Amino acid sequence: MSAPLFSVEGLSVALPDPNRKPLFRPRPMVEILHEIGFEIAEGEVVGVVGESGSGKTTLGRTLVRLIDPTGGAIHFAGTDITHRDDNALRPLRRDLQVIFQDPLSSLNPRLTVGRTIARPLLFHGVAASASEAHDLAAATLEIVGLPPAFSARYPHELSGGQRQRVGIARAIALKPRFVLADEIVSGLDVSSQAQILSLLERLKSELKLTVLFISHDLSVVRRLCDRVIVMRGGRILENRPTGPLFDHPEHPYTAELKAAIPLPEIDPDWLAAT
Amino acid sequence: MSAPFLDIADLSIALKAEPNHRLLRSVSLNVAPGEVHGLVGESGAGKTMIGKTIFDILPHAVTVLAGSVRLGGQDILTMRHRDQRQLIAHTSALIPQDPLTALNPVRRIAGQMTDRLTAILGLSRGAARDRALQLLNEVHIADPERVLASYPHQLSGGMRQRVLIASAFAAEPKLIVADEPTTALDVTVQKQILRLIAEMQERHGTALLFITHDLGVVAKICRKVTVLFGGSVVEDTDAESLFAQPKHPYTAALIAATPRYDRPEDSLLPVPAEVIESTWQEIRRADAAWAEARR
Ligand SMILES: Nc1ncnc2c1ncn2[C@@H]1O[C@H](COP(=O)(O)OP(=O)(O)O)[C@@H](O)[C@H]1O
Ligand SMILES: Nc1ncnc2c1ncn2[C@@H]1O[C@H](COP(=O)(O)OP(=O)(O)O)[C@@H](O)[C@H]1O
Ligand SMILES: [Mg+2]
Ligand SMILES: [Mg+2]
Repeated sequence: MSAPLFSVEGLSVALPDPNRKPLFRPRPMVEILHEIGFEIAEGEVVGVVGESGSGKTTLGRTLVRLIDPTGGAIHFAGTDITHRDDNALRPLRRDLQVIFQDPLSSLNPRLTVGRTIARPLLFHGVAASASEAHDLAAATLEIVGLPPAFSARYPHELSGGQRQRVGIARAIALKPRFVLADEIVSGLDVSSQAQILSLLERLKSELKLTVLFISHDLSVVRRLCDRVIVMRGGRILENRPTGPLFDHPEHPYTAELKAAIPLPEIDPDWLAAT
Repeated sequence: MSAPFLDIADLSIALKAEPNHRLLRSVSLNVAPGEVHGLVGESGAGKTMIGKTIFDILPHAVTVLAGSVRLGGQDILTMRHRDQRQLIAHTSALIPQDPLTALNPVRRIAGQMTDRLTAILGLSRGAARDRALQLLNEVHIADPERVLASYPHQLSGGMRQRVLIASAFAAEPKLIVADEPTTALDVTVQKQILRLIAEMQERHGTALLFITHDLGVVAKICRKVTVLFGGSVVEDTDAESLFAQPKHPYTAALIAATPRYDRPEDSLLPVPAEVIESTWQEIRRADAAWAEARR
């Protein structure tokens, strides 16, 4: 067995309480994640599901060290990154890529799609020259299924699904070892969801991506994820391979989430059942 | 069979600047009293435009080219403006897509609910407040007094949606149009809200036009379904036959795109490019025939 890419032990996170503002003292902290532990193997796609407010985003952002943990340890590729400061994290940034829920707010409106993808390539030294970055960006657009002409477009000229493809392209162009995808299909309609999820499935097998796929919607993780973590109230309730988790949920909350998914088939009893 | 309360016939709308490019293409759709009718399609299909036409609140850039929208037999598109506003206010209510924009952020819920009741039902302030409390009870809000005293941002998404549902039913409308009322909610909350909408609709015998992009939701609450693609109705049928035997290839593809945890391998399949292309071809043929007929 090779060592896991990510290993998380006893992870706790507390943030300043936004609801309390004492006049002369610093804000009191609220604990949001409580002693979380799990591992992610290289090449694995792990789903994180749970209702909104359960701590999924906080967990993801802490893993890629956009948030400082208050307790526990995070190891990435064998290195302890729990308390690395920004300077010490810089060489790892390329390997820790994030795709956000709302691509319109995470894409710079004044940059064309081509430059959006090319800029980080130059910044991280993946491309040595502007023209090399441009070529790599064009190749990546093709991988995510966008025509070359899209290079010249601006984010507002794209549909939600197309913007999400740009977000994916920007992340994978860097050939990162890890990708955090936070609610990236949540704002999309069913048919764009299906497109983005099959794109991710393809990238998973072609590029052997390691992904933490966060979604408040349990129904979309079934095909894509090897394993699913169910969270509630900043704790992990269940962490198991996807098939068994769906077939025989161990935690009643997982069963409740599953029962609330409306399958596309007529079932007059579904609505009344709790 | 009772006559439909909502009867949309051959409705075509377009941007004023581009009258040859229709956003809705000869759409017909009707909803009978007591019926829950699903309107389903991808984003951009024109679902919200249909909802806006029913309330005559289309964006200024958009104009109606042809067709009729009847509420209880009266075509709102040809009525005098004042009569039209009266008719719409007294018979129909919209539960819009985004509860936060539907509510005024700087006013407490109490004022927003009672305004509507005094305006439409002519109730006194006190009577309107009693009616608001009664409505909040009906949508199973445990502490209606606190909710009335709250600002919208102090309520959870599910709670805001309950308030909007209560407001929609306030004047005993004949028709409610709900535009993606559960899209932004967690699944467990979505289920509670769907149950609530179905319960209220049944108790009040309202005609309900339920707009969604999710065929899973359609299957659970709608008896009739209209499938919209590119502003065009591709299928209009009862829910049973839609799921058992979709007639249009696009409908079949949309069903196959819907997630199913019980059959992962034949769910979440992207709509095939051929299906999209052939459906557009049908639409272009219909466009040509329509343009010809209008000359
Ligand atoms: N910057 C922050 N400061 C304080 N509390 C926060 C902050 N961000 C999120 N929270 C709180 O942490 C909890 C978990 O939030 P989040 O991680 O965003 O959950 P999820 O992504 O599952 O919806 C929520 O109760 C939220 O209100
Ligand atoms: N304010 C507007 N002005 C002009 N066109 C619009 C406006 N809003 C939407 N559209 C266009 O009308 C079409 C239908 O939009 P909409 O009814 O909102 O779709 P849906 O609700 O099915 O997602 C889309 O092509 C959209 O681009
Ligand atoms: Mg989140
Ligand atoms: Mg809409």
